[in-house]
Amino acid sequence: MTITDNGFTATRRLVLQGAGLVILVGLGNIPLGVAPALAAANDKYPEDAFKQKGEADAIKSLYGKTAEPSDKVKLDAPEIAENGAVVPISLTTTLADVTSISFLVSENPNALAASYQIPPGTVPAVANRLKMAKTSNVIAIVEAGGKLYSATREVKVTVGGCGG
Amino acid sequence: MASTIRVRATSSGDTTEVQALIQHPMDSGFVKDAKGEIIPPHFIQQLTFEHDGKSVFVANWGTAVSKDPYVKFSFKGGNKGDDLKISWVDNKGASDTTTAKIL
Repeated sequence: MTITDNGFTATRRLVLQGAGLVILVGLGNIPLGVAPALAAANDKYPEDAFKQKGEADAIKSLYGKTAEPSDKVKLDAPEIAENGAVVPISLTTTLADVTSISFLVSENPNALAASYQIPPGTVPAVANRLKMAKTSNVIAIVEAGGKLYSATREVKVTVGGCGG
Repeated sequence: MASTIRVRATSSGDTTEVQALIQHPMDSGFVKDAKGEIIPPHFIQQLTFEHDGKSVFVANWGTAVSKDPYVKFSFKGGNKGDDLKISWVDNKGASDTTTAKIL
């Protein structure tokens, strides 16, 4: 991503973008894949995504697109977690060109739990520990080659991780 | 004060496996204390691992990451004796940094 402080170039770019938009609209049903994954490619903390309630909104806020289920994403989570405050969850994938990995817990007050940036050269596998308020689906999102892939596992929680 | 970050980075051939354990309350802001008052959110937002001046792993965390967070990952490259720099910053602006040698 480049940032220009040159007013002229910026204006010119805007005009070009505008033209591009007109063309897109003119052609009708162009898939949204054209939009780059702004948030995930950025080094900034994705504050808004973490504030979203549902998983769909969080994914949209973080990546700006939707994920498709893939059997190349291997999500490893316990079937039953005795303690929702500490649920070990890990992920591996055979997908190439992975740029980020995120974990979401559907039933938590804020669905997005953690999002990891995977620079080139880093193995696309992560293990961490998450809190779960109650029995819920855990969703893993892998961003690879600009596309999103997901895997979902249900984890039964006997003692929630949000109670005092 | 002792570092809040404990890291073990081990090189095995061409990849380096990193395990990190950080001391942090990771308060979610949904839990009440004994007096029934809400404990305000206090959690690590970003955790960065750098090797050779480049970040090899960046974690963005929300409140749903467990207390005293643990994370494990691997990266290609990294030799025995190399430095691995780890730093975190939380939602109150507190931070900590440490440097570990790859074993």
